[in-house]
Amino acid sequence: MKSNAADYLIYDEATGLYHEDPEQAVRDDVEKHYWLGVLRAVIKDWRLYLMLVPMLLVFLFWRYFPMYELLGCFKIYDVVKPVSEQFYSGFSAFKTLIVGSESVRFWRALRNTFLLSFYGLCFGFPMPIIIALFFNEIRSNIARSVYQVLTYLPKFMSTVVMTSLVTLLVKQGSLTSGMGVVSQLLVSLGWISEETGQAGLLNNPSFFRAIYQISGIWEGAGYDSIVYFAAIIAISPTSYEAAQIDGAGKMAQMRYVVLPSILSTIVIMLITRIGSLLSIGYEKVLLLYNPNTYTTADVVSTLSYRLGIEGGWKGVASAAEMMNNVVGMLLVIGANTIARKASNVSLY
Amino acid sequence: MKRRLEVSELIFKIISYLLLTIFALSCLYPFVYAISAAVSGRYFVEYNKVVLFAKEVQFDAFRQMFSSNLFWNAYSNTLFLTFYGTLWSLGISILGAYALSKKRLLFRKTFNFFLVFTMWFSAGLVPQYLNYINTKKVFNSVGIMDDKWLVVIAMGMAAMNIILLRNAFEGVPSEIEEAAIVDGATEFQVLNRVYIPMSKSTIATVALFFGISRWNGYFWARQMISDSNEHPLQVFVRLKLEEYTDAELMAGWNKSYASDSVIYALIVCSIIPILVIYPFIQKYFAKGVNMGGVKE
Repeated sequence: MKSNAADYLIYDEATGLYHEDPEQAVRDDVEKHYWLGVLRAVIKDWRLYLMLVPMLLVFLFWRYFPMYELLGCFKIYDVVKPVSEQFYSGFSAFKTLIVGSESVRFWRALRNTFLLSFYGLCFGFPMPIIIALFFNEIRSNIARSVYQVLTYLPKFMSTVVMTSLVTLLVKQGSLTSGMGVVSQLLVSLGWISEETGQAGLLNNPSFFRAIYQISGIWEGAGYDSIVYFAAIIAISPTSYEAAQIDGAGKMAQMRYVVLPSILSTIVIMLITRIGSLLSIGYEKVLLLYNPNTYTTADVVSTLSYRLGIEGGWKGVASAAEMMNNVVGMLLVIGANTIARKASNVSLY
Repeated sequence: MKRRLEVSELIFKIISYLLLTIFALSCLYPFVYAISAAVSGRYFVEYNKVVLFAKEVQFDAFRQMFSSNLFWNAYSNTLFLTFYGTLWSLGISILGAYALSKKRLLFRKTFNFFLVFTMWFSAGLVPQYLNYINTKKVFNSVGIMDDKWLVVIAMGMAAMNIILLRNAFEGVPSEIEEAAIVDGATEFQVLNRVYIPMSKSTIATVALFFGISRWNGYFWARQMISDSNEHPLQVFVRLKLEEYTDAELMAGWNKSYASDSVIYALIVCSIIPILVIYPFIQKYFAKGVNMGGVKE
């Protein structure tokens, strides 16, 4: 309780105003004598600002310095000199990629990047929602926990473990050993031919996208369903009862009760997905692809890895990343703006 | 009318149970298969006679692995990276998030943008690689020759985790902080005695996110650590896989177990620590995902 208002107000002689809290005094000080005020505030609160320093330095050194390094795409790369002293070459690296010697590979990589994300959006995105709907049908808590523990599990495995398992499960046959056990299963089901299985599915460009998506669903669908499931269990049971009294069957309940309740969650997740259409993780692709499957598997970051780190062609590699990432950022910002306009939910 | 309704519900329920069971089992199957294949006899693994359970049980693949020094090196390197890496990332994130959670911090919006921008735009693989090469030179010039420290310090900061922590700290009532300051506590004491104990569950979640990503880290560890004695487990697994799936190298394989069994054994060893702690940490992860929802 405020017994005496004067105890909570600070009288400022210079302006003749009362301030309600000491922080306002600092802010006014900053506003009046700009840098001097800042300096005074920082000295007064030096411990707080000190805490910020390590984090800012780490981000500066390992997040922002690479962005400066990215400017190498406008320079002729010279290993000995730092970026700042390198000769300015304009857009020659971009020309090499767009119309020059690397254009075929670059456009293929850009197309693959987009397609891998797009198929992920078509097939990978609805899966967690469906699984969350299924979880909702399980009334027994013990049974549900068992299902949850099992389906979240693959998320905690490293990319290396996951890709190693995939590699072994669909590996090629040789003189001394048979093909992988999953290939064997597909052959016996008649889905693929004996020769295809024997040659190894990871060596076949037409299977790469399917393997990428299925392993992605296997890895993430269970875990990603958490968000949707949380939205579904928040629905009040009375909503279902009301729908039942109105004669709604299961499908009608889904359509008119569940779907509207989780729609905002779905929209947010969809926006995130669209925003990251061009940021395919390089690690999984690098671990799964090989020269036989470049036609469908090579994405921009793996192409730039081969050009830049293995081939030493750093300017061109940076230019490829630059184009990919700038378009990617525009997608994120665009998706976020649309979300804000449409539904008042925004991510950042 | 009433009867139709029950039928549609029943059908949906049956479908749910059926498909969920199939999905759950397919999530589990590769791990069960890996264990079985690691301990089965050579013929059974090479000709896919192992489907679910191990046949002609042998432990020679595990024995060969356990007798290799490189394996134990890799294991201890991973423990090193996970322990110091988590400590480093978490420490810096807590300090930064605490400062960011304070309304009185000047340029708060600018600092926030500084973090969030890294979620929108990343320089990409090659520029990052070049930057690490530069960092490595600097590290070597000040006498840190061990590349593992470079991985610990340079890797694994995530803006998202800092934002999670910041949101948790913002949820702590400011009256408690004021009371502590009246009692003469400094900023560090307030953080240590008030904020950290009051946001334990978020800190646990974020620590787990960091810990798992450190344990699973592969690409940069392989790029940055040049000495093969210093490689962590994930790199070791991958190098073995590359070696053992090379048909030419494996043509002269004359052991009593299949070459694949060694890889499966390695995979099993690398996931056992996670499997052991997984049931205990699972609930934290579920919580963390929901916290990471929509906030400024």
